[in-house]
Amino acid sequence: MPAKKSPARPRELLFGDLWEFDPAPESAEPFIAPRYGLFIDGKFTAPKSKKYFDSIAPRNGAKLSEIALANAADVDAAYTAAAKAFPAWSKLPGKERGKYLFRIARLLQDRAREFAVAETLDGGKPIKESRDFDLPMAAAHFFYHAGWADKLGFVAPGRTLRPLGVIGQVIPWNFPLLMLAWKIAPALATGNTVVLKPAETTSITALKFATILEQAGLPPGVVNIVTGAGETGAAVVNHPLAAKIAFTGSTEVGKIIQRALAGSGKKLSLELGGKAANIVFEDAPLDQAVEGIVNGIFFNQGHVCCAGSRLLVQESAADLVVAKLKRRMQVLRVGDPLDKNSDIGAINSAEQLAKIKELVASGVKEGAELHQPACKLPAKGFYHAPTLFTKVTQSHRVAREEIFGPVLSILTFRTPEEAIEKANNTPFGLSAGVWTDKGSKILKMAAELKAGVVWANTYNKFDPSSPFGGYKQSGFGREGGKHGLLDYSHLD
Amino acid sequence: MSLKITKTPKCYVGGAFIRSESGRVYEIHRSSGEFHANIPRCTRKDVRNAVEAAAKAGAGWAKRTPYNRAQILYRLAEMLEARAPEMTAAIALHGTAPDAAAKEVRATIDRIVHFAGWADKYEQVLGSVNPVASPHFNFTVTEPMGIVGILAPENAPLLALMTLILPAITAGNSVVALASHAAPYPSILLGEMLATSDLPGGVVNLLTGERKEMLPTFATHEHLRAVAATATKDEATALQQGAAESVKRVILHDPKSDWFSSSHDSPYAIRDFTEAKTVWHPIGA
Repeated sequence: MPAKKSPARPRELLFGDLWEFDPAPESAEPFIAPRYGLFIDGKFTAPKSKKYFDSIAPRNGAKLSEIALANAADVDAAYTAAAKAFPAWSKLPGKERGKYLFRIARLLQDRAREFAVAETLDGGKPIKESRDFDLPMAAAHFFYHAGWADKLGFVAPGRTLRPLGVIGQVIPWNFPLLMLAWKIAPALATGNTVVLKPAETTSITALKFATILEQAGLPPGVVNIVTGAGETGAAVVNHPLAAKIAFTGSTEVGKIIQRALAGSGKKLSLELGGKAANIVFEDAPLDQAVEGIVNGIFFNQGHVCCAGSRLLVQESAADLVVAKLKRRMQVLRVGDPLDKNSDIGAINSAEQLAKIKELVASGVKEGAELHQPACKLPAKGFYHAPTLFTKVTQSHRVAREEIFGPVLSILTFRTPEEAIEKANNTPFGLSAGVWTDKGSKILKMAAELKAGVVWANTYNKFDPSSPFGGYKQSGFGREGGKHGLLDYSHLD
Repeated sequence: MSLKITKTPKCYVGGAFIRSESGRVYEIHRSSGEFHANIPRCTRKDVRNAVEAAAKAGAGWAKRTPYNRAQILYRLAEMLEARAPEMTAAIALHGTAPDAAAKEVRATIDRIVHFAGWADKYEQVLGSVNPVASPHFNFTVTEPMGIVGILAPENAPLLALMTLILPAITAGNSVVALASHAAPYPSILLGEMLATSDLPGGVVNLLTGERKEMLPTFATHEHLRAVAATATKDEATALQQGAAESVKRVILHDPKSDWFSSSHDSPYAIRDFTEAKTVWHPIGA
């Protein structure tokens, strides 16, 4: 008779504070200019507003650069340049347009480390993410779309794609350069010209990108970059020369833009907020699922519109999953984003940190149970410990509102039907995750979840060939793949 | 000589023939000026009731196989063909010359057959398998949006109405449509044909009445995920402003569109009423 086995205890190696990591800062030079003008008609120009604002590093609050504040006259100059560039650019043979995009992709790869450091300094994300995700993915978007430029006849059988004109693009601060690539690459490949406004807290890599356009010899006016906050954004959105507005950001601002464009005849695509359900069944590969949950909510400090911010765990596996999750969170390193060992960097701004803290406080107040691993946060800069809430109900604000921070709300379910009901019970519909070893269950869940992207047994995966965008109040239009090209074209 | 039995025009909602909840009607007259019938003058409450009916029918319709949806649409063409002279007369009643009315019925039948054929094919045109740079199987499929509102133009009262409805239901959506105000009678007849076409009740709901009374509800009703309309600039503005609160998709058609044009025979019209869903799964042991 075999010896009685003791119940399996999860094995762990936790060293606590026994051996501290040595600092491992990335030391590549980011080449950030002390002051940036606007990039209009192929040249850096001083703003007509004569005003500049500071861009600071969220890792320590230090000033990085001064950024031009574009007013309506500046935005008008950008649109005028883009409109002037449109006829020649749109008539350029696709294969020539493509060559410019290929060049941009290659130049981005050449200068990837420099840009990664600048991105981390300006936005606060861990260097390992900007180095291994944002930069390679931004270059990949240009490379992918470059190849489409002379193949547009194959995108929509029976129809010809025709460019729209000047596209006004407004992008968020969570993936500054990558969102720029998502916006500019398909717009240029389809023969449009662009006026782009980066988020006011993360303008630096967009302005550095303008130097890549100079190196690539892109004709003046094809891409114009105007910087500033909400007022500048409104000027971009409302300019009469815009044929289309492409916006990525909050649902709140998306609605304002949709209202503002009413009756204007301008096309619009919106990539807005989310409150994704990440659904874990009892038959899931739980260790992989835990990695996926961690990646789903703590990637980029949770500043991800498709973050898996609502964990739905099947009741029978809930205790085990939560225990594994807590153990995994203990070894997440929160700290200086420039440190190559940091898993979670700085929150993008003081304002965003305050918003996260307010929502976390509401979770506690409404009766959810807070858990944060013990971790030392740097004294300077904006940081938030990875956080999870158990005992969350569907009516809690932390289960309904987009937090856009490293905060996970955990709910449970018993049947697949209940999981679907809970997952879809939100005005958002950007993304969802499903974890189970049963194929037919994955396909059923994938079909029933009202979300534009479903990650099954994985999470937060992106690719230029993979269309991305939401259902319901997460917006409309898709970015990536042939779907994304259609949103930048007339179909004749 | 026996007195002719005249038909009471009713709207088609949830598979039933209804009057407006308001009890209101408006008169329509033959081109000779003679009284023809009273048409329901529906209200925003009728729109909401129709949305409810569409919601009940929607999930089942979306789950039908594409082949089944194709056959049901084809069956609708059979129903219209069988009653083509009656439909021609209904269009002519509003002043269209009989030849032109007959041509509109023929074009509508052809368009129904065209979209019936798309039901089990558009996915292969609109969807994709995506060659991602990682070990994942990744594909994009289309899904219906849900319930769709339709505001038909005043002219081409059958063809234009069906040109807006067909791509929506081909994709598995359910529809609440407001017919031409000036020429509503073809939509009354269309309801009877829909009722005998095997299309489940509630998938297509047809209302009549004044556009300006119902347009704000079409714009703002949160359960309508899209609205397709021909609209004046003012109407377009009102629709898009109202739509913003629920980030609704608004598909605008040129009121001067040539409804007979084969450009309307297109899977990209179906695309307007779909959401693209991308699914990732790792490849491994």
